[in-house]
Amino acid sequence: MIPTVPQPAFAKWCYRAYVVMFFIFLALPLTVVCVFAFNNSVFPALPWKGFTLAWFFGTEAPFIGVFNERAILRSIGTSAFVALWVSGLAVIVGTCNAFLFVRHDFRGKALLYMLMLLPLIIPGVILGISILVFFSSVANALEDTTGLWFDGLRPGLILVILGQFSFITTFATLVISARLQKFDPSLEEAALNLGASKWGAIWQITLPFLLPAIVASAVVSLLMSFENFNTTLMLVGSDAPLTITMFDKLKQGSTPVLNAVSVLLIMISAALGFFSLLFQKMKR
Amino acid sequence: MASDTSRLGFYLLLAPILLWLVVLIILPHIGLFVVSISEKIGPREYETGFGNYATFFGEPLYWRTFARTAIMSIAATALTLILGFPIAYYIAKLTRGRTKTTLFLMCMIPFWVSELVRTFGWMILLRETGVLSNFLQYLGLVNGPVEMLYNDAAIMVGLVYTSILFMVVPLVTTLDSLDDSLIEAGYDLGGSSAAVMREIVIPHAMPGIVSGCIVVFMLSLGNYLTPILLGGKDSLWFTGMIYTQFITRFNWELGSAFGFLLLALSSLVVFLGLKLSGRSLSETMGRS
Amino acid sequence: MTAPQPDLVCRDLTKTYDAFRAVDHVSFDVPQGSFFSILGPSGCGKTTLLRMIAGFQSPTSGDLLIKGKSMIGVPPNKRPVSMVFQHLALFPTMNIGENVGFGLRQRRVPKAEITSRVGQVLDRVGLPDVSARRVDQLSGGQKQRVAIARCMVLEPDVLLLDEPLGALDLKLREHMKVELKSLQAAFNTTFVYITHDQSEALVMSDNIAVMNNGRFEQIGTPHDVYHAPDTAFVAGFVGDANKFHAKISAVNGSQLTLETPAGEPIKVEAPNPNLSVGQDAVVFLRPEAIALATSDIGDTVNGSRGEVESVLFNGANSTVTVRGGQGDIIKVALPQTGDFGTLRKGDTVFTRWDPKKARCYPAPKG
Repeated sequence: MIPTVPQPAFAKWCYRAYVVMFFIFLALPLTVVCVFAFNNSVFPALPWKGFTLAWFFGTEAPFIGVFNERAILRSIGTSAFVALWVSGLAVIVGTCNAFLFVRHDFRGKALLYMLMLLPLIIPGVILGISILVFFSSVANALEDTTGLWFDGLRPGLILVILGQFSFITTFATLVISARLQKFDPSLEEAALNLGASKWGAIWQITLPFLLPAIVASAVVSLLMSFENFNTTLMLVGSDAPLTITMFDKLKQGSTPVLNAVSVLLIMISAALGFFSLLFQKMKR
Repeated sequence: MASDTSRLGFYLLLAPILLWLVVLIILPHIGLFVVSISEKIGPREYETGFGNYATFFGEPLYWRTFARTAIMSIAATALTLILGFPIAYYIAKLTRGRTKTTLFLMCMIPFWVSELVRTFGWMILLRETGVLSNFLQYLGLVNGPVEMLYNDAAIMVGLVYTSILFMVVPLVTTLDSLDDSLIEAGYDLGGSSAAVMREIVIPHAMPGIVSGCIVVFMLSLGNYLTPILLGGKDSLWFTGMIYTQFITRFNWELGSAFGFLLLALSSLVVFLGLKLSGRSLSETMGRS
Repeated sequence: MTAPQPDLVCRDLTKTYDAFRAVDHVSFDVPQGSFFSILGPSGCGKTTLLRMIAGFQSPTSGDLLIKGKSMIGVPPNKRPVSMVFQHLALFPTMNIGENVGFGLRQRRVPKAEITSRVGQVLDRVGLPDVSARRVDQLSGGQKQRVAIARCMVLEPDVLLLDEPLGALDLKLREHMKVELKSLQAAFNTTFVYITHDQSEALVMSDNIAVMNNGRFEQIGTPHDVYHAPDTAFVAGFVGDANKFHAKISAVNGSQLTLETPAGEPIKVEAPNPNLSVGQDAVVFLRPEAIALATSDIGDTVNGSRGEVESVLFNGANSTVTVRGGQGDIIKVALPQTGDFGTLRKGDTVFTRWDPKKARCYPAPKG
């Protein structure tokens, strides 16, 4: 079962065939989604009726392309807005957490670390409803006592951002901590020794060292936020992010516009992935 | 011996994490529990009690759906392990250098694409007018269109597809750390392939197997999209029930109780998994 | 059948990777119960050879017989050989008893018998009562013995050892050399041991094969390999030697006269038929073959006068480097008998050596 142990050729071929089948299984759904975005038919299904870009640029019903669908364009904007906020907040808090866990020793550190990991093992739906319930009761209490309105605590973009932030921060913390752990503190000491201030040393020495991890976690956070469904579903208000809009459309019946959106999503992911890969290469 | 400035720095670092964990994790979950034990007795009038939990156990539809979700999730986890292990082993032990990196990255691709897109792909493939149905007709294996969507098998396919990456990645990591000479020693001492697998490879891969299984089980249990879209209206997934109570019925008290039960089940499984492998949560989850 | 059948026979064993020949027509016999070492620098193909014997690599051509049976095409788990791996490869997920019992379990030996045989073999390697311990609770030397016990409990025809002492510290390595040899004698099993450390090979072996570039340069007893090396490589690789280049100026039977590039004549008595007048040659001379004197001993064969360059004190292995009149430097063993206790850098000394003690080979081309 390793190259140095002889195995019958038949078994080897079966194994290889299985691996090939597995990768076909992995690629199949994504391939069909992409292919049917270019089918000149009102259903994303066979038969193939010829190549078209109408599902991207079309203006006449039923061939209204993505770029002319207001609802989808607006939800992409909403998703981007949410993702930028979530990613920014998660990276900032994640960096603080990394410094806290790597550089400081304090009572209850182990407990705090475990609490920090908890969002990983709480199902997204539960995170969503717990935040929904909690913020709604806070809003109720505040409204009862003050008589003012607190719409920010009701389902809407703020809750969506908080909900996604609540678990994406854990990933950012783990990625950045892992990198900070590899940092040689004597580099910072050398900077202090050469006359830098404490902040100057962190700003000029430590943060540049952390940059690859910060960029990586920002990219992953953007992606996770863009893709998130479960938590968002429970917290969404009138402005729906892309996944929610797509889900609603999908329940009504599938149209190739959704394929076209998917292709755009895949392209955005690929671009993000490529960018992050390029960045890691450059840093090396 | 800490100076005042470093004390200040420490509290500045402590503030965001406390704010995050207390406001977004701890208090909401306490709140969830409090709501789950309040019973509505009149308009805006509540009383503490376990009535919502009683409703859950009294209504077969609820607890059966709960049990069904748990059992299907266990099955999906087992299936993912069985399908994913040979792939992880192949990547970790039978490939080298560039091939290895490429195959490993290819396993990651589903993660880069939204779950919605993946599920949509399966819908296009499996439905009556879908690609597979057409393909089978083309081959002459079936006479008319076949509906492969909206059944438990479709849900299973979707769950396995969505979570297999979370099984393969930790497995590749642990199998990679298994020294080839241990496998060779096993053969050299007269072990058959099966014996070497059972006695050397699998015990070594146990940490990866446990963390993979925990993650896959949780993802399946908490999944909403896949069962609803691939299983159809009658998919009877517990997250769907929570959604119904919260958004459609607006019965937050019962919904909270449901949520808490789901949380309890997933925590129980994580706890059992960690006990089984004798590792801490930090060790198992802390390496992403 | 006159002689007993050797345990291990290799016939023209060859292993080729693409254009590279890792093992090149190697043939040898290992008699039952002997300790056979394969000594060579890293990359000489010794590991490939050992792994072919174990079954983890298949030879490109040639034959391999154990107890007279060809092993070509036999998988490693069906061969009557066991291997002690370089890093021992003890299974960390099992305790010591389970490790040692692994092979017996594969043979479906009854449980009670496994327990008793594991106990016996652990006794024999001097580690009773460690069965229940974990692998990481043992010291380096104990792990070594467990690894051997794990193989020996299967009573293999041949035990293969892949530089198992490499990971140990110096003191323990010295100790384990002696211990391995006595374990081998106690079990009376054929050991095939590969190493790049000549002292391990010299101390433990009945026979040594010196390997270079995929070929065996010489097979012989430690004494032969050290005192009568067949090739320049063996002379240079095994033990310490002064090496100088010279041109052959006269051949008289086994008596050779050579001339160093500086024009000094040297005499060597070496039965080597491949040498003729005018040929470039290399001469190897062991430091302990050179006699040292503080006063002039007259004009003798291979005698010369020099100046002490440095004294390298290392107990019984102390040496002194002497710079000759032409600026050439030779290394001379420094007897610790007290006569040379006062030797200092810059002192004048006289050296001479017996023509029979040197070895002479054709110089490699290019």
